[in-house]
Amino acid sequence: MFSFCSDPSTLEGLRWLSCYLTTVKHANLYIAVGTVLLLLAITAPAALAFGFGGAMAARSRIWPLSWVGKGYIAIVRGVPDIAFFLFFVIALDQIFEVIRHKVKCPDWPDEIWQGSDFVVCQAAKLPLGNSPQWVHDAYGFFLAVLTFAIVFGAFAANVLYGAMRAVPRAQIETAEAYGMSRRQSFWRILVPQMWVYALPGLSNLWMVLTKATPLLFLLGVEDIVYWARELGGTALPRFTDYPHGDWRMWYFLALLVFYLGLTKVSEVALERLMVRLSHGQATTGGEAQRRAGA
Amino acid sequence: MKKLLVSTAAFAMMAGMAMAQDVVRLGTEGAYPPWNFINDAGQVDGFERELGDELCKRAELNCEWVTNDWDSIIPNLVSGNYDAIIAGMSITDERDQVIDFTQNYTPPDPSAYLGMSEDVDLAGGVIAAQTGTIQAGYVAESGATLLEFATPEETIAAVRNGEADAVLADKSYLAPIAQEDPDLMFVGDDVPLGGGVGMGVRESDGELRATFDAAIQSMKDDGSLNAMIEKWEVSSTFE
Repeated sequence: MFSFCSDPSTLEGLRWLSCYLTTVKHANLYIAVGTVLLLLAITAPAALAFGFGGAMAARSRIWPLSWVGKGYIAIVRGVPDIAFFLFFVIALDQIFEVIRHKVKCPDWPDEIWQGSDFVVCQAAKLPLGNSPQWVHDAYGFFLAVLTFAIVFGAFAANVLYGAMRAVPRAQIETAEAYGMSRRQSFWRILVPQMWVYALPGLSNLWMVLTKATPLLFLLGVEDIVYWARELGGTALPRFTDYPHGDWRMWYFLALLVFYLGLTKVSEVALERLMVRLSHGQATTGGEAQRRAGA
Repeated sequence: MKKLLVSTAAFAMMAGMAMAQDVVRLGTEGAYPPWNFINDAGQVDGFERELGDELCKRAELNCEWVTNDWDSIIPNLVSGNYDAIIAGMSITDERDQVIDFTQNYTPPDPSAYLGMSEDVDLAGGVIAAQTGTIQAGYVAESGATLLEFATPEETIAAVRNGEADAVLADKSYLAPIAQEDPDLMFVGDDVPLGGGVGMGVRESDGELRATFDAAIQSMKDDGSLNAMIEKWEVSSTFE
């Protein structure tokens, strides 16, 4: 990075540190921070969408739909995350590949499952074996987002399902008295009012989600915890220009600061959101706002 | 005759197509110097990087490197996320039931105990080892208390902070660490484990296995494999 970095063994103090912290390996850590933030930014709305769909299905009057919704919530909430990540992602990947295999190589002579092996034709591979590494990374990232969205979506569905039931019945009754259909009262009365009941539960989920990213390495996505462990591990002079002892404590301390910062920012944002959502609501929070304003 | 010609041409074309797609993805752990590690430039480096690149050159394959967690390195191979494991993996019967191995590219080599003092109770003490290694299996059967860790680095840290009395690992991995740290020393006798280190491939992938087998053999024959082993000090050399 800097011109004086060409011979690190002669450097000391701050100059050494500035060279050390700008190696390509460290750049990977900085990129991983971006990866994690991007993942959170995409996963949170995706999980919310899954949750909303799940909750809507669960409270549907059409019973097969209601079973699907309730089954989704129950199964995902019941299976440990790590089992889900190890099994589900590989299964998901294989489902995609089997479908592509059936379409692209209809006259393939061999079995797909041979003992413990899973073999599809080259053209059905996802991503293709000869595609560049970034495609593989992007695909892994996509699988990660999808899995996170499904797992956290189930929890969000349960929260939203409860929140929808928490909206006072009188509100719906009034809507019905105005002659609104079930659909209208759902979208115009229920949904705008339920968020204030859902937010505490959803904010918990968000906090858990921000800390769940180390599970990503199971999918081959290298997150910040992976790089902190990798960079902090003892570096022997034979294998690096920047030898050091076991510095994992310092790297994890940096992670601690990062996560505390993220938590603080989240708390401030969620608190503001809560104030906004309480506005004009028939809750104690909303009532307190009305009085303060009056 | 004509039919033969046509089928030969078709076969040649298929072979040509197969060649064009021949990107072989090599999976490694990237946390086990000198075998494999991530260097300052963020690239996979070490004995196995150099070896893998040379093997691919000899076999005329186009290879790409992928890092994967040790815990899930075999499941991801059999489900096709990469095509071969080259990660200091010893050839054992248990692994051989799930995947296939090429011939070994390092001879069977001793494992060793590394501890903080000479008088460690190796038979009944607390011994650290990496999860899913032959060493972990050996400790579990030896009667000592096994303390497992996900990465090799953590097993050493456990000895340094007194959590474990000693660590059992490949001697070649422990040697540079013992050299750097005066507090750590080899304890007890070396333990011969495993049938050497080989590349892991899917059982259904006999062709790839044969290709790498031939490439390894050619490196054994011309002595370049021994030279590489000596350069990285990973094990003893072949006779």
